[in-house]
Amino acid sequence: MSLDLTPLFEPRGVIVTGVSSHPGKFGFVTLHNILTCGFEGPVFAIGREAGTVLDQPVLASVDDVPAEVADLLVICTPVSVNEQILVSAAAKGVKAVFVAAGGYSESGPEGIAAEARLASLAARLGLVLAGPNGQGVVSTPVGLCAQIVAPYPPRGRIGVASQSGNLVSALLNMAEQTGIGVSRSVSAGNAASTSLIDYLEWLADDPETDVALCYIEGLPDGRAFFERVRHVSAEIPVVVIKGGATSGGQRAAASHTGSLASDDRIFTGMARQAGLLRASTIEAAFDAAATFATQPLPQGENVVVLTTAGGWGVIAADAVTAHPDLTLGALSDNLFASIDEMLPPRWSRNNPVDLAGGETRETIPDLLHLVAGHPDVDSIIQLGLGIQGNTAALTRNGPFYPDHGLERIVDFHERQENLYATAAAEASTANSKPILVASELATARPDNPLVTAVRDSGRLCYNSADRAVAALGHVVRYAAWRRGRT
Amino acid sequence: MATFSESDSRRVVATAGVVVSGWAVAPDPAGAADEAARLGFPVAAKLCGPEIAHKTERGLVHLGLTSVAEVEAAATELLAAATPGDGDVELLVSTMVSGNRELIAGLVRDESFGPCVMLGIGGVLAEAVADVAFRLTPLDRGDAHDLIASLRTQALLGTFRGEPAVDREALADTLCALGSLAHDQTIRSVDLNPLIISDGRPIAVDALVELADAT
Repeated sequence: MSLDLTPLFEPRGVIVTGVSSHPGKFGFVTLHNILTCGFEGPVFAIGREAGTVLDQPVLASVDDVPAEVADLLVICTPVSVNEQILVSAAAKGVKAVFVAAGGYSESGPEGIAAEARLASLAARLGLVLAGPNGQGVVSTPVGLCAQIVAPYPPRGRIGVASQSGNLVSALLNMAEQTGIGVSRSVSAGNAASTSLIDYLEWLADDPETDVALCYIEGLPDGRAFFERVRHVSAEIPVVVIKGGATSGGQRAAASHTGSLASDDRIFTGMARQAGLLRASTIEAAFDAAATFATQPLPQGENVVVLTTAGGWGVIAADAVTAHPDLTLGALSDNLFASIDEMLPPRWSRNNPVDLAGGETRETIPDLLHLVAGHPDVDSIIQLGLGIQGNTAALTRNGPFYPDHGLERIVDFHERQENLYATAAAEASTANSKPILVASELATARPDNPLVTAVRDSGRLCYNSADRAVAALGHVVRYAAWRRGRT
Repeated sequence: MATFSESDSRRVVATAGVVVSGWAVAPDPAGAADEAARLGFPVAAKLCGPEIAHKTERGLVHLGLTSVAEVEAAATELLAAATPGDGDVELLVSTMVSGNRELIAGLVRDESFGPCVMLGIGGVLAEAVADVAFRLTPLDRGDAHDLIASLRTQALLGTFRGEPAVDREALADTLCALGSLAHDQTIRSVDLNPLIISDGRPIAVDALVELADAT
């Protein structure tokens, strides 16, 4: 039975302590962020200065809050007053506490003792205690941004839990950039009572979350984590970034969170056994989580690469071939024959299916539907789109537009990009197979009509073929791990 | 750190299901020569005792002995090299196993993750190659096969210099046997080094069981 974190992520109302008129203080910022991002429940500000902050009346004490309206208390007050605050909050029906305030175990022997007292008091009062020394909690289904930093990410299906607050922010920034949103995010802080695995277990049962994305720096009881996280993996994919993989990183982790390192190769083995998807960089981790959140699970490892031109296909063929979990299979005879009928004779006659340039009309959507519909194809990587949109942008922004008869061609190019992205999403959904569209334009020209259309289709436009292949590898591995368990 | 002698270590791992090279112990050179003749030449002769953990470094291993006379001479030398610190010693004679490939395998107890089975590429290049992987116990056959598959140097596990590919089922048996020893709390670690691949099958030609501190 996992810890019920519903009051943390879906509180009826929220109380913030440590609110002052100083807009640089945690209490002010937390209150501001809660009031700014769309939370609809009642919000109560507690502070020492009477008056209003951000148009919100400041109450002198939690005792002044009405009973049974707030489930969540966010603590931004110093160590010395927080135990009394916990007692008052419990009396008002608060169920969960996020302690953003520091000064606890990260700060020395006195802090360690204070943290232990806080944790045992919370347990006695029946309160969920998150933190202390954590950045906060975000829950997009209820518009909650109870954190001391930005950003507030778009709503989506990725649940983030992290042993570092800054990495939460990094991942939320990526969510904002790509449009692939987040359901919940939380930084565990010092994890006095509630640790990473508690969050992961709750996310596994959360109807708003399809994939967990977590940053791990240290596991005091790795065995217990293993025994529990393998059950989480059975419910939802868990993408992991592990800090401290090298001796240099381990020294840094020891000073950051006091984590003592096991041999990283043991973590690697544990991750494989538990079905965790370990990514080597935060970009790769976000790509993987975004793929789980937006693409169907593939049935097998066979990848077909579609490209409008050669170089991209060659690079992707290398990446797929080098990946231990993916296969760049030969095209089945009947698929080959169907493609051959559809395409001009210059096509590559192989996987990658290379159109060898020049395709601007309906060939690409037709090909996507054809290949996705073939039973031997498990997933598709589509490359070489965005060219028409890029040409359109240069034309549209040049000195000859809109004269010289350029409007129709610009419109056509932009419309086609939209058609390609839509076809990729439709063929993927219709056949329940991943179709990953990759283009450097995702960051080089995020306003490219292909990129915006992929985004509008609810999918990630991958930055490169290599990143798409790496993300697909995690999805294929996870699907195989799940099949192996049944 | 307390260890079992090689002979006791061999008994422990063989009982668990690890295939070890043919072997016998003897108290004196004549007995060692008899056992060698019974096992068949060539043999290795080693000085064996619970206090002796680093036999090779101390020159306590004689390899490739091909006759009764060679075994007797080696055994005499081994007994003479024993020091009072070695405690009770005996002579261990074992069949020479031929094979071009060496693996290492073992059981370790990690402070955080608990008992784990380890598999790695062995031999003289082992440290440079540093190809080692772990799985947590209990180890099922799927885990064992996945552990084998996660070594980077897969080419070494295929057909190699006229030898057949490594029998992955047999190697999985060895790994599962090591994993089963995790239940024995008196064992801190087990080291099979080397595990020689002979005609495709892994055979441990040395074994070291390290004992947990008595508490």
